[in-house]
Amino acid sequence: MIWDWAYTWDILPELLRGLVVTVQATLVGSVVALVLGLVLALLRRSRLAVIRIVTGGFVEFVRSTPLLVQLYFLFFVLPSLGITLSGFQAGVIGLGVHYATYTSEVYRAGIEGVPRGQWEAATALNLPSSRVWRSVILPQAIPRVLPALGNYVIAMFKETPLLSAITVLEMLAAAKGIGNQTFRYLEPLTLVGLLFLLVSLPASFTVRRLERRFGH
Amino acid sequence: MDTDKLADVVHVEPPAAREMVRFDKVVKRYGDNVVLRELDFHVKPGERITLIGPSGSGKTTILRLLMTIEKADEGKIHVDGDCLTHTRRGDHDVPADEKHIRQVRKKIGMIFQQFNLFPNMKVLRNVSEAPVHCLGLSRGEAEARAIELLELVGLGTKVDAYPSQLSGGQQQRVAIARALAMQPKVLCLDEVTSALDPELVAEVLNVLRNVAASTDITMLCVTHEMKFARDVSDRVLMFDKGQIVEEAPPDKLFTQPEHQRTRTFLRAVLEEH
Amino acid sequence: MSEILDYLPLLLEGAWLTLQITAGAAVLGLVCAFASGLAAVSGSRTARAVSMVYVEFFRGTSALVQLFWLFFALPLVGIRFEPIAAGIVALGLNIGSYGSEVVRGAIKAIPKTQYEATVALNMSAYRRMRSVILPQAVVSMLPPFGNLLIELLKGTSLVSIISISDLTFSAQILRSGGSDTLTVFLVVLVMYFLMAYALTLGMRALERRGAASIGRGKIPIQRDVAKLPEPV
Repeated sequence: MIWDWAYTWDILPELLRGLVVTVQATLVGSVVALVLGLVLALLRRSRLAVIRIVTGGFVEFVRSTPLLVQLYFLFFVLPSLGITLSGFQAGVIGLGVHYATYTSEVYRAGIEGVPRGQWEAATALNLPSSRVWRSVILPQAIPRVLPALGNYVIAMFKETPLLSAITVLEMLAAAKGIGNQTFRYLEPLTLVGLLFLLVSLPASFTVRRLERRFGH
Repeated sequence: MDTDKLADVVHVEPPAAREMVRFDKVVKRYGDNVVLRELDFHVKPGERITLIGPSGSGKTTILRLLMTIEKADEGKIHVDGDCLTHTRRGDHDVPADEKHIRQVRKKIGMIFQQFNLFPNMKVLRNVSEAPVHCLGLSRGEAEARAIELLELVGLGTKVDAYPSQLSGGQQQRVAIARALAMQPKVLCLDEVTSALDPELVAEVLNVLRNVAASTDITMLCVTHEMKFARDVSDRVLMFDKGQIVEEAPPDKLFTQPEHQRTRTFLRAVLEEH
Repeated sequence: MSEILDYLPLLLEGAWLTLQITAGAAVLGLVCAFASGLAAVSGSRTARAVSMVYVEFFRGTSALVQLFWLFFALPLVGIRFEPIAAGIVALGLNIGSYGSEVVRGAIKAIPKTQYEATVALNMSAYRRMRSVILPQAVVSMLPPFGNLLIELLKGTSLVSIISISDLTFSAQILRSGGSDTLTVFLVVLVMYFLMAYALTLGMRALERRGAASIGRGKIPIQRDVAKLPEPV
């Protein structure tokens, strides 16, 4: 028999502990990505050309280089500049910043999707610009981009295994560790795949329902 | 447009049966909505009929069923002696398969309200693509015929344009050439001028008048152009609620309609124009 | 700075392998995307089901997990891949599942009226797809394919984890060899950026040609038949 069930039950608790780390990393990373993404989107609309250009360049650069190299940079290179991060810290910052460049595009599309008339009406009411953003524009822009943001959170969840490369003991690292000890990789790695499906399929399904509700 | 020339280019084979089109108790539903209820009617070879009636009365559905774009729920449709909807297996009639449908469908062509040209092909290929692949003509023959047809609809200079570079009237004339290139015995015209700016309507109707005058193609026409219907058609069918309310030659139906429903409809249409 | 010249050859070699893996996985991914995308819109229930399982499976799990599974787990059931082959197969299958959705979406987005026109011209299902639907759909696939290509290029860095000496792996070697890590990693990031930029430019050129091929955008000079000189 190829598949060893007893072994499967033995290793499951350890993999589930890894899943907890995976989920934690996703949650913290998402907060970073959702907040920083909005900041980047607003900076790209700044009145100062320098800020627009620098932000745009940063977004383009981060988006077109590999997350893994960025993680190595945070974890291995920053100490030489006197900044030492734990694997988890480097991981969530890396995930968060990388995905912020994606969410900033989502926010941008949402903001541009608010009809011109709304800006004009706000101007006609003589509202200060911070008030316009908080009360008029963002409350309209954000709900309609929620599904797209949700998709990026799921995508981030699926990239957390990269954190295993910078010593974070998430699910894949746990599986690899088990495999290295027992020389049986089939069960742990297959279980990791199934656990990923178990979380990401319902999550994608929920996002698709959201999409339909927001009429995309 | 040279009428005799058109007759030279468009050869329509002689009819094989006494009825070119026959609908036999055809039923079409969309959900609970019955669009056609047990509709019976036939069209003789070479006859031009116009279908009129309020929107939702099922006229366009008739053309779409005949073109096999949609499927009838019940009943049979015959074209030139062949059953379009069914084939005989043993002593049963079973729904026709794709192969049989394609065999019978060769005889039918259609011109659409929105032209439906292929945007990825230049005008010449729009007209020659189907003859090459569905009639088995060589590329050279098909293109030579396409150029002749395009000249006859007044677009000899546009063979190398993309549809997006043409006006609506020009696009619709290409669509006419494209349909004629398939040598159909029956031509369905589905509100072919409704999507056009008013000043472009005439160029399309003139081409169609010439097609009617110089060929033997059987035509089924759904239109709001009453003058065109009067000039071209042999018979006008008034539809309401999925049934034929009244039918007569245009001179009679337009001047002395018998049915109250026809009278109100015609009054409404004529007032609008 | 002169140190850069010392390790540049190693990095360039790594970048070359990165590009080769990108190209290999892109070809495999394109094949998978079209096979699965066409299956998803086909009339066969089985084909649609297979396509759905493929797409949901590869999009629902992580690329790195797929790579590990191929490289570490499959040998246990007797299927063994060379590292580079494992990398190309894993990345190709993964990107193909995203590409499948692009293909399916683009085909579904072709207006119904185009389908109706092919019926009126009595085209076969094959001819309809080949002459009418695909030529139009492919044009709208190009921009999302461009994005996927960049994702793929970035994704190739994962193969460094199974010790393939791509650009990322070369950087790791230099780091453990005690080179100036800051410069090494900045150079590597810039190299990735330049490769991505070059791919983006290439895809843009393709998009322009694609748009022209369906009569959108700038169209090449017209040959006006009526004005051609008569053949002598």
